[in-house]
Amino acid sequence: MLRFIVRRLALLVPILLGLSVLLFAWVRALPGGPAYALLGERATPEAIAAIESQLGLDRPLWEQYLQFLGRAVRLDFGASIQTGQPVTEEMLRRFPATIELALAALLIAVAVGIPLGYLAARRYGTWIDNLAVTGSLLGVTIPIFFLAYMLKYVFAVELGWLPTAGRADPRARADHPTGFYVLDGIVTGNLDASWDAIQHLILPALALSSIPLAVIVRITRASVLNVVNEDYVRTAEAKGLLPGTITRRHVLKNAMLPVTTVIGLQLGVLLAGAVLTEKVFAFSGVGQFMADGLVQRDFPTIQGFILVIAIVYVVINMIVDLVYGLLDPRVRVS
Amino acid sequence: MSLLEVRDLSVTFTRSGSEPVHAVDGVSFDVAAGQSVGIVGESGSGKSVTSLAVMGLLPSRGVRVGGTVMLDGNELTDMDQRALRDVRGRDVAMIFQDPMTSLNPVVTIGRQLTEVLIRHAGLAKGAAKAEAEQLLRRVGIPDPVRRLGEYPHQLSGGMRQRVMIAIAIACRPKLLIADEPTTALDVTIQAQILDLLRTLVAESGCGMIMITHDLGVVAGLCDDVHVMYSGRIVESAGTKDLFARPSHPYTDGLLQSIPRIDDEDPDAVLHTIPGSARDTVAWERGCAFQPRCSRAVAECLAGPPAMAELGTPLVPHPVRCLRPVGDDVVLHEGNVAR
Repeated sequence: MLRFIVRRLALLVPILLGLSVLLFAWVRALPGGPAYALLGERATPEAIAAIESQLGLDRPLWEQYLQFLGRAVRLDFGASIQTGQPVTEEMLRRFPATIELALAALLIAVAVGIPLGYLAARRYGTWIDNLAVTGSLLGVTIPIFFLAYMLKYVFAVELGWLPTAGRADPRARADHPTGFYVLDGIVTGNLDASWDAIQHLILPALALSSIPLAVIVRITRASVLNVVNEDYVRTAEAKGLLPGTITRRHVLKNAMLPVTTVIGLQLGVLLAGAVLTEKVFAFSGVGQFMADGLVQRDFPTIQGFILVIAIVYVVINMIVDLVYGLLDPRVRVS
Repeated sequence: MSLLEVRDLSVTFTRSGSEPVHAVDGVSFDVAAGQSVGIVGESGSGKSVTSLAVMGLLPSRGVRVGGTVMLDGNELTDMDQRALRDVRGRDVAMIFQDPMTSLNPVVTIGRQLTEVLIRHAGLAKGAAKAEAEQLLRRVGIPDPVRRLGEYPHQLSGGMRQRVMIAIAIACRPKLLIADEPTTALDVTIQAQILDLLRTLVAESGCGMIMITHDLGVVAGLCDDVHVMYSGRIVESAGTKDLFARPSHPYTDGLLQSIPRIDDEDPDAVLHTIPGSARDTVAWERGCAFQPRCSRAVAECLAGPPAMAELGTPLVPHPVRCLRPVGDDVVLHEGNVAR
């Protein structure tokens, strides 16, 4: 178990090294540099040169890379060009928002997707099944930003049921010791603040959950359809077990194996989708900051954020593999 | 009255847009307590469908079941699923062909054994576990306490089939159905499993249906045999009687196809039945075996052949054939149908 974790973490090193090279080359291949973005199109060449030397962008690329790498191992990604604050600080401030959003979206996707996929499989070929299949096709094909604007327009603007943007009501007074607003309300005993944060979370989370939800519905359905035809389910029926027991112990436990893997992979989709969702709902998380960073050619921010997201992604998938081992004794690591 | 009375059982698979398939048609047989009855036939003969129909395990959609199945005086074919679930696993239990796929890979052996005890015998968890340990010991699994905590993939094929048998006998069923229980195992393990089944039936006095394509299994285990072909029983007899006097040309062909170690001419080509089970005739038109039969005559295609009784009222030996083997009529060139 411990060896498995260590091995997976060791695997992170080459992954991150390769990623950092790609990343470093890629952001510098973007047309127009940070100095240009900062000073605007009428900047003089001298001013641009001055800013570039100030940022260290005039030195050879390999030197810049080594410097970046040397700092990065100490979790120092330099200062953000947009705000002048250290990137690490910006990250710490914004990550809780994105994690909160991604978890909320994942919660919706899992809580709705698994039962719906199961139901579609058990009612194979009926209108419920057709609805689930068509709906999930729609879910993966609708672009997030379009869905996000539609949700915002219908539920926030027209019906006025939910707030249009932000993470919390700006007029409300609340402390944020952890940065996770829903959790903060509970910790500080300010349940109104939690409720407010949840209301602000619903629409962005719904928009963000569309793709993972659709994928989970499909995988669950296919997986359940497979498992109900397995010999061991017939054995369970031959034992005269009650339908509930057969479903829980013999169908779902096996059918969940591929779903677990997919959930891990969907977290990548969630982090990518968060960029667009946060932008639409002015949800001040990592995604929004990174989208702005791209426009501003904010190299340190882009590099730092993408590296951290990569680490999160690998660690989450490692956890998924561990959970998989718990569910399936055949792959359990000894 | 027998323990199990199957009368005129028929199973028809219907699918919209295509002809209904009569997988089992007019099958009748009895199983007495303590008796082992073999049902023999090749793939597609309807033997497994017969056993699933007795268990009530056929899907409800697209399947029509006719006839009656009486188990210990209770009619099973018109029971609802709720009542059937009480019967299955308690009064009638089944052992399947492939122990590799018939056990749930992600649930411990112990769980898969105790769940049937908890469900039908109403045992508490602790008592069920103690009982499960006894059951594993009874089917010859060493170190049962450790095995209870293991998963199917940690056991060999033979061990898994022993676990399947332990599950089947857990609630002391009146009837045990074994559907090719040795087909997926290698030969030495086959013999052990058959020994185990023989012992268990003798000890418990339950009835057993042995579904197989292997006449060797029948010879060593069964009291009575029914030979099925294309969904119908074509010959029924006591095992000794059947081996001594195979009367249906199909049965005769099967017996001749068994290689013998004491064969006088070891280089002789092994006897086979020509054609395959696909070369068939609908029973309504004539004998389904006719296209493959060397004794066929023109009358074989004049409607469904009736059962002919070759035995006595006390020792019946019915055969569905117009020209059973041994009942020798001189062959005329002209009346060979093909």
